[in-house]
Amino acid sequence: MIRSITKLKSEEEIFRLLEGLNRIFIIGCGTCVTLTRTGGAPEVAAMKDTLLESGKLVTGRVVVPVACDNLTSEILAEELGRIEQADALLIMTCAFGVQTVSSQLKRMVVPALDTLFIGKESGSGQFNEICTQCGTCVIGETGGICPVTVCHKGLINGPCGGTNQGRCEIDSNKDCAWTLIYNRLKELGRLDSMRKLQGPRNFLGEPTPGKYEMSES
Amino acid sequence: MISSFRNALDSGKFVVTCEVAPPKGLNLEQTGHHIDLLKDKVDAMNLTDHQSSVMRFPSIGGALLVKEMGGEPILQMTCRDRNRLALQADLLFAASRGINNVLCLTGDSVMLGDHKTAKGVFDLDSSQLVAAARTLEKGRDLGGNDLDGAPSFCAGAIVTPEANPLEPQLIKFEKKIEAGAEFIQTQAVYDLEKLKDFMDYARQFKVKILAGIILLTSAPMARFMNKNIAGVNVPQPLIDEIAGAPKGGAIAKGIEIAGRMINQIHSENICDGVHIMAIGKEELVPEIMASAGLTPAAS
Ligand code: SF4
Ligand code: SF4
Repeated sequence: MIRSITKLKSEEEIFRLLEGLNRIFIIGCGTCVTLTRTGGAPEVAAMKDTLLESGKLVTGRVVVPVACDNLTSEILAEELGRIEQADALLIMTCAFGVQTVSSQLKRMVVPALDTLFIGKESGSGQFNEICTQCGTCVIGETGGICPVTVCHKGLINGPCGGTNQGRCEIDSNKDCAWTLIYNRLKELGRLDSMRKLQGPRNFLGEPTPGKYEMSES
Repeated sequence: MISSFRNALDSGKFVVTCEVAPPKGLNLEQTGHHIDLLKDKVDAMNLTDHQSSVMRFPSIGGALLVKEMGGEPILQMTCRDRNRLALQADLLFAASRGINNVLCLTGDSVMLGDHKTAKGVFDLDSSQLVAAARTLEKGRDLGGNDLDGAPSFCAGAIVTPEANPLEPQLIKFEKKIEAGAEFIQTQAVYDLEKLKDFMDYARQFKVKILAGIILLTSAPMARFMNKNIAGVNVPQPLIDEIAGAPKGGAIAKGIEIAGRMINQIHSENICDGVHIMAIGKEELVPEIMASAGLTPAAS
């Protein structure tokens, strides 16, 4: 399953964003951020304490099941009063959740998390970015491993000169995508596809912001 | 004649190139001093392009300076900071000023440099940049549009003969040649037996190869490179040799080692030439050449 991977912003940044906003309602989410322990019930409770200690007033808090879906009428019925008392909503979900809440409630929102990437859980507690939805998928020629995402530079013709013992030049804890691709293609007996000189990439498969409408049929 | 460097490569002589780093700022005195000292001694000098992702005076500005001072520049171009429009434009500008030698590099990550939060571009990669230069030569741009006036280039790229794993690096090397690279500078080599193995393989391609020589200045510097620079392996006996130099004599020993290696590469005809990287100690290049028994490039 894919997950939205997030990281708590620094207290300094959160309090800068909350400057002049004293009555706060906190929203967490029961899905990705609960799994990554960045916006589940315990983190929301801890945030409440942090806010109280610094003299803010917390009008309420809720952990919604899926923050990137619209808030249900039950939640609204229960929480709307406390939400409306708040100067701002401090939202401990990924940015999809922040934007969904903001567009539904039309209230001042402050994200408490940074959304890092859409990741796949590749081991217990470990998440990896393996696709950045580039719109022009090339992995049919790279053994199913994405050079656009897994290579730090998005190179599609093979490794740069920075590969060191199969690791990436930016971080010896990150595999070099092109070592992974090479090993996979070799295993498959398909190294020929790595030998093909690829022309410049099409960076605009779907120009940002992506939009898709299903055609009626 | 598109460049005296191309002529030197074609002549079959043992070619010597070196590196000159543009300054951090506007003070061109030291860069100018290095160019002045080296321009008649080497066949061409590389102008580095924000080496290690550290922002500096541009390589094309350095290349113009070399040209103005009567030297032969090799313009290093990385794909880190410019998209395909800017790279093609800079190639056209370079050619318009008689700068026809270009070394195409992917470039280091911006994270390794002094503007760590900048956006790395990498719209093209090194092999695609070589191909772009060759496309411009045909009077077209990468968008398939006609050019009014086409440039000519002596285009090159790099290889790391001791990369680990090696085969992916060699596949990329072959793509650079397929894209049109006519010369290749190698990452620093210290083990000439390994270099010979690489050359046994590389000789099948129609490309000139210049062995990269980085001047060793101390044993800690050698150990630092082993640990931090991909594909650089200074063998232990060489580290011991430089560590055993008398106090204050490490650099002299480094010059001796570099000279000895270049001499062997030359006399045994291992490569077509050498690319000397003295990293901040460019004024020592003439001594290294003398120690290698090379006379200045008389053209
Ligand atoms: S090439 Fe990579 S980023 Fe693009 S769609 Fe395929 S997997 Fe995703
Ligand atoms: S080391 Fe590998 S993954 Fe990292 S930038 Fe270079 S080619 Fe890409």
